[in-house]
Amino acid sequence: MAVIAGRPRRDALLPRRLAAITDSRLGSLGVYVVRRILWMIPIVFFVIVITFVLMHSASGSPWDKEGGRQLSQVVVDNLNKKYGLDKPIYVQFLLYVWNAVHFDFGLSYQYEGKSVTTLIAEGAPYTMTLGVLAFSLIVPVGITLGVIAALRQNTRVDYATMGFATFGASFPNFVIGSLMVVVFSVFAYKATGGNFFLPASGFGLDDHLIMPVVTLALLPTVFTARLTRASTLETIRQDYIRTAWAKGLPERLVVIRHILKNSLIPVVTTLGPTFAFLVTGSVIVETVFSVPGIGRAFVTAVTSRDYPMILGTTILFSVVIAAANLIVDILYVFIDPRVRLT
Amino acid sequence: MAIPIAAVEQSGIDWEVPEEQIGLWQDAWQRFRRNRLAVLGAGIVSFLIVVALLSPILVHFGVLIDPFRQQVEDIQVAPGVGGHPFGTDLLGRDILSRLMLGSQVSLTVGLLVQFIIFPIGLTIGLTSGYFGGRIDNLLMRFTDIWYAFPDLLFVLVVVSVWHLSGPWFIQLIPIFGAIALVNWVGLARLVRGQVLSIKEKEYVEAARSSGSAPLKLILKHLLPNSLGPIIVTLTFGIPQAIFLEAVLSFLGVGIQPPQPTWGQMVNDGYEAIYANPTSVVFPALAIGFTLLAFTFIGDGLRDALDPRMRR
Repeated sequence: MAVIAGRPRRDALLPRRLAAITDSRLGSLGVYVVRRILWMIPIVFFVIVITFVLMHSASGSPWDKEGGRQLSQVVVDNLNKKYGLDKPIYVQFLLYVWNAVHFDFGLSYQYEGKSVTTLIAEGAPYTMTLGVLAFSLIVPVGITLGVIAALRQNTRVDYATMGFATFGASFPNFVIGSLMVVVFSVFAYKATGGNFFLPASGFGLDDHLIMPVVTLALLPTVFTARLTRASTLETIRQDYIRTAWAKGLPERLVVIRHILKNSLIPVVTTLGPTFAFLVTGSVIVETVFSVPGIGRAFVTAVTSRDYPMILGTTILFSVVIAAANLIVDILYVFIDPRVRLT
Repeated sequence: MAIPIAAVEQSGIDWEVPEEQIGLWQDAWQRFRRNRLAVLGAGIVSFLIVVALLSPILVHFGVLIDPFRQQVEDIQVAPGVGGHPFGTDLLGRDILSRLMLGSQVSLTVGLLVQFIIFPIGLTIGLTSGYFGGRIDNLLMRFTDIWYAFPDLLFVLVVVSVWHLSGPWFIQLIPIFGAIALVNWVGLARLVRGQVLSIKEKEYVEAARSSGSAPLKLILKHLLPNSLGPIIVTLTFGIPQAIFLEAVLSFLGVGIQPPQPTWGQMVNDGYEAIYANPTSVVFPALAIGFTLLAFTFIGDGLRDALDPRMRR
């Protein structure tokens, strides 16, 4: 968040000309953006360090077979050499970081000869399709539900919406997904004799998308709805809203021009967590509905201990989330001129 | 001007003064009791605890069907068939008794993880908030970075690397560790915030000026006064931990069979969803309503313990 008050001005020690730039709001905005972008570097570095250390703290080597015959020492040595595991760990780490900066995340253990970058690129279109569709569902539906609940506070509409939000927030997405398959695939198929049902697995630009997208969107939608409701309730009580009513503005104008314009500002902050939800949600939703995206590739990598793939996808996910948070924070500063930069 | 007594009596306001002074905790308890959803949640959770404790005994005395016994003649039967109230799974095991035994894992994870998080979050939060300055800055930057790591991914990565074999409570150890590692940050931040605001209060200043040692200040003033929000945060951490364990089991990297867990049962049922859809429905609903019950308790505690957050 950008609102932290009570600290000494950071530019107190800057040269005079620089200080002049940072004095203007636009200038200080630039400084803020640059600092936030630089702050991403330690975050991503930390994620690499932690994941890398974890991977190498695993007991045994990645070539151990579960029971049965083990590979001969010569084969293991050759494999170690091929994947660079014969070098000391700090050399491996530095090499990894150097390559990662160049978007080279190494070779997958699981798929012979395929690089992690290729595997991620193969999954990306599916994951992005689901994510974009879910996102275009979350924002309008969540905001509409929240605003309606707030404008009809303490009525049945409000209770129903908030009850739905509580359920939606408590039921994990794999539970929602499985229950939806039971209702819309299995029962619908049996009830209509096969005339109507939703496909439960695979990917296609048709009704295959409905259940994965709804499952993915549900939690962020109710989250957005709750926050919109709280924020709208707060705005409704402001003096300028009473003035707007008092001067006889029609309801449509009061709601859209005076209430929404102000109450939606805090809602922008949920977009950051929403991206995080979409990323972690894709891991589960793609597994439930057998969508060949990055999330499912990550789960396959985890269950088969494909370390380069785990490392690559984790870094990618963290960068996406950090970047989303960064964009949201910057957007917030542009939308709300009252925000103080630190 | 004297108010006529009749008017006061008619005003409908309850003028009765409570005979005894009510303390903070009693007051909170009364508020909690008045919240119907919170009481419902507490009821569901107590019921689950009884189920988790009783199910091995019931299995031992033959009241419940052995959850590990595969009845080949009764594979994937519908609820109510062959003496299986909830039907059987794809290996012919009784779903009701597996569901009851599975509650052990979910409750253990949910509750025990909080006991790991509590000392870590408390120590870091108190240190950061009380001493401030450079220590605070360092610790908070550290939590900032830690916060950026998506928690489900972290838990998955940790569990893929560290795993122990043995009975289910041994297998749980790395899962505990992973969940605690991602969840302490929220508590540490909360405690720090609490300490920062409480330490400026007059009574703390009074205690300090009358010569209280730092440790006594922390234990006697800072800790008790921030206990309410801490309890609320830990309560909301329970469904979070249960959710993470269930996801791990669902993805097949959690507790390994034969010990039943709800997430694993959803996954098993999912494979046979067309033949016997109810084998998914029961464990899925068990997870959902357990999380809902803990959320209700958390909401009730928040309203009861934190008067500022009250609606």
